[in-house]
Amino acid sequence: MIIRLLLHFLLLAGLSPLLIGVITRTKAIIAGRQGAPLWQPYRDLRRLFGKDMVLSSTTTWVFRAGPVVGIAVPLIAALLIPFGAVGAPLSFSGDLVLFVYLFGLARFFTVLAALDTGSSFEGMGAAREATFSCLAEPTLFVAFIVLARISGSFTLDTMFKTLLANNLQTVYGVSLVLTAICLFIILLAENSRIPFDDPNTHLELTMIHEVMVLDHSGPDFGLILYGAAMKLMVMGTLVVNFIMPPSTGDLFVDAAFYTAALLALAVGIGLVESGMARLRLLKVPQLLIGTSLLSFFALVLLLR
Amino acid sequence: MTPEIALTNGGRLPLAAIPVLPFPEFASGVIDLIRHSATPIAYFADQPAPEAPPELFAVLTAATPGTFTVLRSRLAPGFTSLTTRAPQLHLFEREIAEQYGIAASDHPWLKPVRFHSVWHGTTDAWGRDPGRHPQPGVMDFFRVEGAEIHEVGVGPVHAGIIEPGHFRFQCFGEKVLHLEISLGYQHRGIERLLLGGPWPQTPSQIETMAGDTTVGHMTAYSLVLEGLTGTVAPPRAQALRAVALELERLANHVGDIGALAGDVGFLPTASYCGRLRGDYLNMTAAICGSRFGRGLVRPGGVLFDLEPARQARLLQTLADIVPNTRGALSLFFEAPSVLGRLEGVGKVLTDDALGLGLVGVAARACGLDCDTRRAFPVAPYTTENVPAITEASGDVFARARVRQREIEHALAFVRQALENLPAGPIATPLTALPADTLALGLVEGWRGRLAHIALTDAQGRFRRYKVIDPSFFNWSGLAMALRDEQISDFPLCNKSFNLSYCGFDL
Repeated sequence: MIIRLLLHFLLLAGLSPLLIGVITRTKAIIAGRQGAPLWQPYRDLRRLFGKDMVLSSTTTWVFRAGPVVGIAVPLIAALLIPFGAVGAPLSFSGDLVLFVYLFGLARFFTVLAALDTGSSFEGMGAAREATFSCLAEPTLFVAFIVLARISGSFTLDTMFKTLLANNLQTVYGVSLVLTAICLFIILLAENSRIPFDDPNTHLELTMIHEVMVLDHSGPDFGLILYGAAMKLMVMGTLVVNFIMPPSTGDLFVDAAFYTAALLALAVGIGLVESGMARLRLLKVPQLLIGTSLLSFFALVLLLR
Repeated sequence: MTPEIALTNGGRLPLAAIPVLPFPEFASGVIDLIRHSATPIAYFADQPAPEAPPELFAVLTAATPGTFTVLRSRLAPGFTSLTTRAPQLHLFEREIAEQYGIAASDHPWLKPVRFHSVWHGTTDAWGRDPGRHPQPGVMDFFRVEGAEIHEVGVGPVHAGIIEPGHFRFQCFGEKVLHLEISLGYQHRGIERLLLGGPWPQTPSQIETMAGDTTVGHMTAYSLVLEGLTGTVAPPRAQALRAVALELERLANHVGDIGALAGDVGFLPTASYCGRLRGDYLNMTAAICGSRFGRGLVRPGGVLFDLEPARQARLLQTLADIVPNTRGALSLFFEAPSVLGRLEGVGKVLTDDALGLGLVGVAARACGLDCDTRRAFPVAPYTTENVPAITEASGDVFARARVRQREIEHALAFVRQALENLPAGPIATPLTALPADTLALGLVEGWRGRLAHIALTDAQGRFRRYKVIDPSFFNWSGLAMALRDEQISDFPLCNKSFNLSYCGFDL
């Protein structure tokens, strides 16, 4: 139990910035550039944690709470899901609801912290984030219901374990493929990746997530970046769990398989980002609602 | 009817030949011409001496193709605004009010343009202290009232490395109801610095009016001086100027498409175009040692010749980068996600484009065939060797597509010009400037029409030098393009126009 807990924390804390590095590097290579080294995100974090902070005099404790909640949530949420064949350290029946709403809590605090600054840009970003996450939430739930129906359990650990044993040749194949696609789209949307948001843009009027954290600096901003990397890894785990092999019996071999799959996913995200432009903000809800419909369709196929 | 006074591009007219009309006759003349689809090129005031009464000049395209009409009148306080009948003139009238402290009566939108104090005299059109420099951006902004209306102010300090300008959006949720643009932060007083000129430093000042249009502005200035003195630059110089002008167009258009790609998050084209822009700038540097073409064009000709070895090297470089340019552009225009992002965004209707007097790429994207190289050709351009490149839809896509097609034309043009460089000298010496003469030089810069107009005094010095950068008209087009658009589309619309702040502010 302790080893599994430690392994979960270590994987999450150690691997998550690397994913960002892999995505950035993939994009650079496709664009014909050499790109930043893979460990650049770690350096950025170290630099930010060594800095002083600038706090606006109009802000209150809410502004400081945003980044703290932003990093606490993925840490807790990660304990509820298995990392490939490495089982979840913490699970109970119905933990999928906690999982979804933990991220709701993080979003709530990020939005409040953004509104706390009183800046017109951050208000716009907060409104966009709140709108789009409302539209993304149903997909995540329906995807979990599909898994719950297949596994007959409301525990995330069991749901994904059943998935590993049941590969895609079973009668559930079509539903599983659709659900995996939905989760991949939600992964891109929730982590403000292209085509939903552009994490590299400097144009404050087009940003969604980035504009909400414009006023954060130093260690607080480091927490936000670290939290965002962890969130990417947690959401990415949901996707890679669909393709992971069943447990080999050795905890560390399982962890190695999982790491390799995650890195492959990061390359995949980098390829998607290199190959397409950002959506118009007006079209984002259409894509999210389309994804919800796709997930419902997966459920319907399962119930027929 | 007003007497026909014809002037050609790069031509001159003795001031005595232009009758001073009473203002009502002047006004109806201008309005008549605009009704008969004349394009106003310039409308400005001039005060020959501090105590002399100011005069008004209007330069418009004439009915005879390739010629211009000049109208002249006296500027008196309370002169009637023509803006309600010819909205193209709205900025000109604001400019006159700001420079001479004489406001047009009934102007519907009389606000400062560049926030400088009045040139002569003591009366400010807005009642500000004429002794103190006004603060840029201090004016009454248009406001939309309502419980759910919010205002977003952007700039003058921006997140990117761009020039300063203030944008104020009146928004309903994500929808922009109105955008007001307030510039003037870059005002350097160039038109006043040129008074009494040409000075030894004048060419350097002209070249830095808008740094990205160095060759364009300098060619227009050279046309004016050559027009005043009746000089014609030798064919070899004209060809080299055209090569430099087209290379400037290539570098900027390629850079703009790269910037558009960057804005929509389409990385491959963004990276490739960034590099290719450098290649085109380096070609200009290979001609004259400056990536922006500074010091190349001068009145009478050019300062740098191109010997056969460098000519061959330039042709080789061009042959090398043409496939790369085509590849980067087709990647961009063939990606469905990019087209989905560009089409239908930031639309300007053709009527609005006409009404606002839009020029250049922005106007051609609205279906207006308004290329100075075609309409008022100066060798080596002719109406035949420059095609009419227009798009109908008036959106961001159309502006990008016009650029792509102009890149194709410019590539062929530069190659053709370099292969057939005429032999001969590269400059003709200029004579002294004539007294009391008006001359006009128009150039199609990469952004659009550049107009330079010079008036000389009794000593043959500049008594007025008027510069109209394409950005002067087109900023209004950007504000119009944002009406009822999403505020998140502003950066994309802005890039699709890519206007100059310092070219506007002068």
